[in-house]
Amino acid sequence: MDVAIVGIGIHPFGRTPARSGLQQGAYAARLALQDASIQWSDIQFAFGGSASAGSADALVNELGLTGIPFINVANGCATGGSSLISAFNAIKSGEYDIGMVSGFDKHERGAFNADPKELGIGQWYGEVGMMMTTQFFAMKIQKYMHDYGISTDTLAKVSEKAFINGSKNPNAWRREPITVEEITNSMMVSNPLTKFMFCSPSEGGVALVLCRADHAEKYTKTPVYLKAATMKSRRFGSFEVFAPSQALEQVDGPTVDASKAAFEMAGVGPKDMSVMQLQDTEVGAEIMHMAENGFCEHGEQEALIQSGATHINGSLPINTDGGCLANGEPIGASGLRQVYENTLQLRGQAGDHQVPGDPKLAYTHVYGAPGISAVTILQK
Amino acid sequence: MSNQVPIAEGLFTWPAAKPALLGSRCNQCGIVAFPVASSCMACSGQDVTAEELPGRGTLWTWTVQQFMPKTPYNTNETAETFTPYGVGYVELPGGVRVEGRLTENDPQKLRIGMDMDVVFEPLRTEDSGEEVISFFFKPVE
Ligand SMILES: [Zn+2]
Repeated sequence: MDVAIVGIGIHPFGRTPARSGLQQGAYAARLALQDASIQWSDIQFAFGGSASAGSADALVNELGLTGIPFINVANGCATGGSSLISAFNAIKSGEYDIGMVSGFDKHERGAFNADPKELGIGQWYGEVGMMMTTQFFAMKIQKYMHDYGISTDTLAKVSEKAFINGSKNPNAWRREPITVEEITNSMMVSNPLTKFMFCSPSEGGVALVLCRADHAEKYTKTPVYLKAATMKSRRFGSFEVFAPSQALEQVDGPTVDASKAAFEMAGVGPKDMSVMQLQDTEVGAEIMHMAENGFCEHGEQEALIQSGATHINGSLPINTDGGCLANGEPIGASGLRQVYENTLQLRGQAGDHQVPGDPKLAYTHVYGAPGISAVTILQK
Repeated sequence: MSNQVPIAEGLFTWPAAKPALLGSRCNQCGIVAFPVASSCMACSGQDVTAEELPGRGTLWTWTVQQFMPKTPYNTNETAETFTPYGVGYVELPGGVRVEGRLTENDPQKLRIGMDMDVVFEPLRTEDSGEEVISFFFKPVE
């Protein structure tokens, strides 16, 4: 049984003091129902997640108590991806005809605070000041720049592109372009990464209505098919966040594994993709994820990014809605935002941030602590 | 002289005469981990033996932490007195890559591939006057 996305809804990302995270989730859910021309009572099951805005299943208090199974998903940055895979499998199995995936969040300002004990690491690791995701990202791209000749200017160009795309997306948080010079000269956070090269925690909500593909035409004239949804965790030897030590012999990370599995499931390859949303917690992540997901060889990013290939009108359009850099990262909603954007792109409804040329296939990728990755491939 | 204590038990052999970091080697697959673990992340074997790690290695990657982290960061610094510090992974030959603070915080003086020695130095002083000792990696002169 194939699976189709027939309804999408989003609550603008950024800061909305007047609405709780749950209310932003409900807002997105109502838009998704409306988009599919159905009622909440038509939904047979739901998967949802939120890291800091309460239990996703509390959405039923906003939307109505209909008795459906609503399963909470908690998987860090891959929460949305994991919810989507769960819904995908629930429909593929033949158990359900139609369901909803929801993700929303609302975080405090400032960097995420991590507790070593929760991750099974000694307290000393935090006391000496190594419990910082920002350091991991900085050290990974530092090594990558050294090995593959990526320049600091290229780092800044990734942010520049993100803010340009954000300025074209009415639902983005950061809607003002920022120059390469401002990005490079903003406060150094963790060398070589400056403040404007990182995304920040934010707020927002996304909901998707999925159904069995043979019912899709009942709900929409523009169904988009979920051809693959995969999720992988790290294998021994991959370089991950919060690792007091790592193996001398490195293996591919979970991104590479999730990506290969997704292309295999969908029976297509990287060159077939018209538009990509790749996890860009910071600029280095977007650069490395281009190669890890198979869209170029290691080191080719320098020339590609300098030539503008990753812009909306380029040959490899990446993070067309501004990505995490321009939208911030409400953890529960972030992965679903990518799927929302790709659905818009494949429907041809992305407005000012629409890629040209009638895109047929679109790709999403999330990556998060402690070494997990989820990928989807959507087809018109 | 004030009393000195290690930041955690079992992390290193300081105050031994020639102090070293302590890792564990899997007797099934030979993989080394730091700190000492009760099972092997590579093969899930539980037959592991603690051993001293080499004291000198090469810098595999690095960064400099430019702002003061929130708790659980625990030094005597305040927002005003905070000094940026280096963090890196040092590849210890025949063993493992260990993440640690660096004694050097000048990006101009850090480069991938440089030789580093492990050293044991005070991280903070407790209210009781006890000095807490941690490990750091120091560029070889
Ligand atoms: Zn082993």
